[in-house]
Amino acid sequence: MTDIVQEYGSAAPTEDSSATPQVVNRDSPDFAAFTVVHTRHYVRWIFGALVLFVVLQFLWSLATNDKYGWPVFATYFFAPAILKGIQLTLGLTVVAGTIGFLLGTLLALARLSKSPILNSVSWSFIWFFRSVPLLVQLLVWYNLGYLYPRLGLGVPFTDNYFWSFDTVTLVSQFAAAVLGLSLNQAAYSAEIIRGGILSVDQGQLEAAAALGLPRHVRVLRIILPQAARAILPNAFNEIIGLIKGTSIVSVIALGELFYVTQVIYNRNQQVIPLLLVSVVWYIIFTTVLSIAQFYVERHFARGALRVVPPTPIQAARAWVKTQWARLDEKPAAPEPSKAATTRIGGNGS
Amino acid sequence: MSIAATHASDTVTTPTTRGLVDIRGVSKSYAGHDVLHDVNLTVQPGEVVAILGPSGSGKSTLLRTINHLESVDRGWVTVDGELIGYEQRGDRLFELKEREILKRRTNVGVVFQNFNLFPHLTAAENIAVAPVALGRLGKADARELALGLLAKVGLADKPDAYPRQLSGGQQQRVAIARALALQPKVLLFDEPTSALDPELVGEVLDVIRDLAKLGTTLIIVTHEIGFAREVADRIVFIDAGHILEVGPPERVFGSPKHPRTREFLGRVL
Ligand SMILES: Nc1ncnc2c1ncn2[C@@H]1O[C@H](COP(=O)(O)OP(=O)(O)OP(=O)(O)O)[C@@H](O)[C@H]1O
Ligand SMILES: [Mg+2]
Repeated sequence: MTDIVQEYGSAAPTEDSSATPQVVNRDSPDFAAFTVVHTRHYVRWIFGALVLFVVLQFLWSLATNDKYGWPVFATYFFAPAILKGIQLTLGLTVVAGTIGFLLGTLLALARLSKSPILNSVSWSFIWFFRSVPLLVQLLVWYNLGYLYPRLGLGVPFTDNYFWSFDTVTLVSQFAAAVLGLSLNQAAYSAEIIRGGILSVDQGQLEAAAALGLPRHVRVLRIILPQAARAILPNAFNEIIGLIKGTSIVSVIALGELFYVTQVIYNRNQQVIPLLLVSVVWYIIFTTVLSIAQFYVERHFARGALRVVPPTPIQAARAWVKTQWARLDEKPAAPEPSKAATTRIGGNGS
Repeated sequence: MSIAATHASDTVTTPTTRGLVDIRGVSKSYAGHDVLHDVNLTVQPGEVVAILGPSGSGKSTLLRTINHLESVDRGWVTVDGELIGYEQRGDRLFELKEREILKRRTNVGVVFQNFNLFPHLTAAENIAVAPVALGRLGKADARELALGLLAKVGLADKPDAYPRQLSGGQQQRVAIARALALQPKVLLFDEPTSALDPELVGEVLDVIRDLAKLGTTLIIVTHEIGFAREVADRIVFIDAGHILEVGPPERVFGSPKHPRTREFLGRVL
């Protein structure tokens, strides 16, 4: 019975649109026929030109300054050693990111729980791992064998083991890197996730409780999807930070992208071209993640926005369509009122 | 996950009484400030009770104690003889596990003043989420149920709209359908129309009017005096945490006994 026109009705008249007695001043000229002269933004133009000049100058130097060593760059960009380093970088990011965010979610929930024990354990974890520099954590994990030569199960408070391992074999370089990165990541993501959960309206919890929804449903189906909107921008920040932050594990001689680059340029002294290799790869990863971020955020915007923003592809298609339509039209000035009505109609459908 | 538990609840659908709410000697205070003061009220199965009273008198708090969203300091509330938060064994009351409280809570549906629909779920999903989560229905059946309930509240054409794409009145009708999805014995309404434009109030009241005819126990906090007079079997007037007056609408509106009631009605009528 109530249709779309009526819902958005405050703007548009609902009934008798033909007979709307709008007050029209008959004496005013018909502005629709006039040509519009836009304001000239001279300062904007001058600064725009300056910036453009600087950018072009830089690009020109990139192309012409042979110290950048583009041929060396090209030979190493897909070199097997580099690709192996990339594999490790991405592997570390995925593993540490996954463990970090899962553990972070648990920590955030513990921090918000009513249990004082869970709450304080979670608080202490976050406090500790945010306090100790990641570099130090990595070195400690890597040298754990020095503190605890053997790890295993045994009689508490004694050195009698039923079952044990050499710490050095158990905590390899890779394991030390994963431990350091993911525990650190967990501490930071916990706070991000907690912030997201806190941003969900209390009424949502009440409604979920009134419906008798079990706790896991309340968390997974009601709260986290809504918290996701606040969590995601920060979470992507963290992942992008992590992917570059993995370069810190080069201190424990783990052969990820940055370490491999260093090894190569120490051998052949081509520092800049090889640094460029890793920079361009990091830029590629970040670009892919940024694009992913757009789509993931768009997915979680369902229901939060009345109209979900178009994807770049949809926007481009719409733009081409309007330009095409404009070409078809007569070159006469488009009637403003007509443009407005099409827009409102487009929103409603 | 809790399929076994909820199947058990399915077998208990042949109650002798449906929706008897008994509120006995309920008191509640926040930081020394008395909000409810020795409140006694029995609502018969199928009865429609409207709670009136000035702002801050404790109407919402009373409603929230009925389904244990708010705990009480003294007294107790039962629905069909069951305490929602506790279990009686001999002369002791054992506080129930959360899961058990949740199960008992499904006997009491709530419709909030500001709807509290889940914004990231469509209208149909909002309705279907609880029956599915409680293991009462499969996904397909729950959607079927949701579509049926949406049709009942006059929104057959909006199953896939998100709450923000709906008008206030439509959202409140979805919220009512959501509460109905669990087939509660008692429905609580906390000022269901006070966040709505006057134009939209009517469509929500129509739905509640239909429910009143179906024999669900309804407890409605409202400022719509005309509506209360029309649908309620009894009117309860609360002021400053005290129930001052209970009686059929004709009596309470026609010849209020308490001077505070007279004063309040004089202002709102
Ligand atoms: N969590 C709380 N902490 C402290 N005081 C509270 C709390 N909740 C409610 N109150 C107080 O309890 C009293 C009753 O509140 P309640 O919400 O039940 O009023 P109400 O009758 O529903 O009013 P309204 O018609 O405005 O909704 C008010 O004075 C309010 O300030
Ligand atoms: Mg209230």
